[in-house]
Amino acid sequence: MADYFSTWFPEGWDWLGWLLAAIIQAVLLLHVIAVGAVVFIWMERKIAGRIQDRLGPTRTGGKFGWLQTLADGIKLLSKEDLMPRDADPLLFKLAPYISLAASFTAFLALPFASGWVGVRLNIALFFVIAVLGLEVFGVILAGYGSGSKWSLFGGMRQAAQVVSYEVPLGICVVVPVLISGTMDLVTIADQQSGLFSNWLFFHDPFCMLLFWVYFTCGIASVNRAPFDLAEAESELVSGFLTEYSGIRWSLFFMAEYGSMFLVSGLAAILFFGGWNGPIPIFFWVPEGNFTLETLANLVGLGNFLLKAVLGVVVMMWVRWTLPRLRIDQVISMCLKYCVPIAAFCFLGSVLWTALHLPFLNDVMPMQARGDVREGWVQDIDNEMQQLEKRLATEAYELNSAVEGGPQQEAQTSLEEDAADRVALIPTPQPEGAR
Amino acid sequence: MEMAPTSGIVEIDVRTDEMLVNMGPQHPSTHGVLRLVLRTDGEVVSEATPHIGYLHRCAEKIGENLTPRQWIPYTDRMDYLAGMNMNLGWALAVEKLIDYDLPEKARHLRVIIAELNRIASHLVGMGTYGLDLGSFSPFLYAFRERERILDLLEDACGARLTYSYLTPGGATADLPPGWLQKLTGFLDQFEPVILDYHALLTNNAIFIKRTANIGVMSAEMAIDYGCSGPVLRGSGVDYDLRRDGEERYTSLYAGYAFEVIVEKNGSYPRDHEYPPVPSDAVLGDCWHRFYVRMLEVIQAIDLLRQGIEKYSQATGDWGTPIKLATKLPKGEAYLETECPRGQMGFYIVSDGSGSIPLRARARSSCFCNLSVAPELCRDCLIADVPAIIGSLDIVMGEIDR
Amino acid sequence: MSGKQFIERLEKRFGDLVARVELEAIDPWIEVEPGGVVELCRYLRDAEDLRFNYCNSICVVDYFEPDAKKAAKTAWSPHLEVVYHLSSIQYKTTLVVKVMLPRWKDGVPGQLPEVPSVSGIWSTADWHEREAYDLSGVWFTGHPNLQRILCPEDWVGYPLRKDYEMPLEYHGIRGR
Repeated sequence: MADYFSTWFPEGWDWLGWLLAAIIQAVLLLHVIAVGAVVFIWMERKIAGRIQDRLGPTRTGGKFGWLQTLADGIKLLSKEDLMPRDADPLLFKLAPYISLAASFTAFLALPFASGWVGVRLNIALFFVIAVLGLEVFGVILAGYGSGSKWSLFGGMRQAAQVVSYEVPLGICVVVPVLISGTMDLVTIADQQSGLFSNWLFFHDPFCMLLFWVYFTCGIASVNRAPFDLAEAESELVSGFLTEYSGIRWSLFFMAEYGSMFLVSGLAAILFFGGWNGPIPIFFWVPEGNFTLETLANLVGLGNFLLKAVLGVVVMMWVRWTLPRLRIDQVISMCLKYCVPIAAFCFLGSVLWTALHLPFLNDVMPMQARGDVREGWVQDIDNEMQQLEKRLATEAYELNSAVEGGPQQEAQTSLEEDAADRVALIPTPQPEGAR
Repeated sequence: MEMAPTSGIVEIDVRTDEMLVNMGPQHPSTHGVLRLVLRTDGEVVSEATPHIGYLHRCAEKIGENLTPRQWIPYTDRMDYLAGMNMNLGWALAVEKLIDYDLPEKARHLRVIIAELNRIASHLVGMGTYGLDLGSFSPFLYAFRERERILDLLEDACGARLTYSYLTPGGATADLPPGWLQKLTGFLDQFEPVILDYHALLTNNAIFIKRTANIGVMSAEMAIDYGCSGPVLRGSGVDYDLRRDGEERYTSLYAGYAFEVIVEKNGSYPRDHEYPPVPSDAVLGDCWHRFYVRMLEVIQAIDLLRQGIEKYSQATGDWGTPIKLATKLPKGEAYLETECPRGQMGFYIVSDGSGSIPLRARARSSCFCNLSVAPELCRDCLIADVPAIIGSLDIVMGEIDR
Repeated sequence: MSGKQFIERLEKRFGDLVARVELEAIDPWIEVEPGGVVELCRYLRDAEDLRFNYCNSICVVDYFEPDAKKAAKTAWSPHLEVVYHLSSIQYKTTLVVKVMLPRWKDGVPGQLPEVPSVSGIWSTADWHEREAYDLSGVWFTGHPNLQRILCPEDWVGYPLRKDYEMPLEYHGIRGR
């Protein structure tokens, strides 16, 4: 897109094209969060209502109360922006933006369909997990800067909880990375094209177990019940949100719902094939046909959204069913159950893959397992050897560079090598079957 | 740092600052306007001091200026979740003073109404306990059923919360025609719903984790602090005024078959299929107090079914309320009844000079139940405080009067 | 054990401390001198065959008639009665113990009459005595924390006294 816009501007001004493209993409993504939050809050109300034998909103906006969130948003906008006298003004005002920005930034690298991604990074997964972890800073600042003891409790709890749950969450996402051999989310999802048996969830029994660990940790890391200790309304009034009102309060909620979607979307990509449906229906689309590929991507987008929203619905379902855990139980559950199970599954998955044990995919009539995914075990030795060679070369070149060699070239090759090393394997071939 | 020569364990004393936190009077889980001052070290509560009186409405002072029948509406407003039981307690105390004998039909009517209100009250207790632990849905499931009970009580007396229905002498009106059928219909519909509550709370793994072995109160401690009702029986004390109370009260329940809900020899009464007691639960903890309440709902259903039968066969009328200005004889009478939250005692003193008592005193069950809270909340976590206070099932209207 | 035996036993043990016994009342009660209340209560709680281990209620009744005309007709002289309602969980029995006090100590208005606290015998008495002090103005000596409990800490007067007058103003809030 950026290249296209650059052609509009005269020589020397093509950065305007980049800027324009960036703005457009940012605004689009912002809408994913904002509109997403509107839809999710409405959904949450309806789902909560139905779970509890109520109707939920019914009137605002005609039928089904579908404008209820908008009405609430307007109400929140018109509310007074209160700040306690004891609060730290800068931190108090900054906190909601940090939370929202972290949630928003993570969306940059989240693909919505094959190739439809804000920024295609070869370390997208790492980026998403890392940035999602930043959201906690907003909460901690809110807790610390509110000048309220309940907020402080909430912030501290959140810090303890998120820091602990990052560990099993990290182990959980490493397994799909190991199996597919890349951190590029687009590639990971595209490798799972074909029948549903090709989804990583069905890769081996350990992955099936691992998904639940991931989902549990996901719920915990986005601070939803039964792990919503930071706002625990029956204990801490509403934790870090206690002193917030109006639009600042709703920014936190946008961030929360954004993260919920992000975690569910990641689950869909890592374990459920992302935009690749249970049955491949667009495998006949020829490569290079823009219209048909766009159509296929649109359907894939719907597919992906469906899976991600389903994950969000399950989170809501859990929230309205279970009581809340206690902080020590939350932490001990992480350390005693999530981390060991995740580590166990990690080992199991690695062994399963390395030993080429058969699972669901091997008994299905239609097999569409990607080559790359199978290849990494055989290739790993070669890769390692090559890597060692390259490192040796680098060291040599560096030495020579210091001694006055061709400095420029050495650096360039260094950069390329670094990128290769992170991805371990160069970008794989796109799959025909989708 | 000096090490103890005999011990291999090195204890590092990390000094942290203690913090005073106000829980309430505006707090979502203090069941009204209770204020708890918590002294906390991080998440650990070292001391919890209840401050009450935010809902003090001078009920006893008002009682010294009104005739007993005029005071009935004020009793409603004490334990506003079980107004009928409050009415009953005061009515019986006044009847004890003026030595009034109740017709048989009024006796069964009182049992039906009191037990029905007991179910409604325990439903709120159960639902709000779920709320305290962060589970929202059981609360609405409980209110859905309570709504039907309130409809029934509304049919009987015209009010949904503050009934003023049972008065000294009997009740203000008979049960309307067809009411018993409605009640039977409700019971048939309600009984299976209890299984939902057990699934969502009693047997829920997280719920058990949050309540089992939390706030453990021994039987001696419960008696020492004057706890009563489910709080007392949850500690394993076999004491229920419906069986062990004064003649005037137990005679209401004469002929009714019921077992006191208490753990005896390691098991609860076995007249129904109850969910099993989890292995983590210790007698006297929050889980047992909750469990006793849940079983009392089933017990109340049994009593209601018996009451319906007995009421439809009973002779006599539903009792004529005493006149507003009945002259009170010289003397004093104290009577306790088994209310949903415990033993509610009413004390009436008259010097024989008129129809207005010299002293009207309400002994509140929650008042005593709450007084044990500082003891139970010592060295627990902040999250346990709502769990413990919720398991005591307090109503501030009754504590502050 | 019949009431009579019980009374004889108490009189034998406590002598003059048991001032009066009323067995004919609706709730039979015994009156004890203020000095003997702790001793008697401990005995009632600990005696093997009595075990009044449950304190239901402690309250104060104010016998006083502010209206002089009516006061002349009353059968009693003005005084306070501290009433202890006790029961035994084990034997399912109840007992009422009373302590008669002057309305003011030494007849000086404002000087609270004193009675020893029984909060060391039943923990529940702690709050009941605080309430009695708060509303009726009886000073329980030896109580660990005798503060107002229902009324605000800076409240003036004892509301359940018959001659209590509602303050006209409390922290800017109109009283009447």
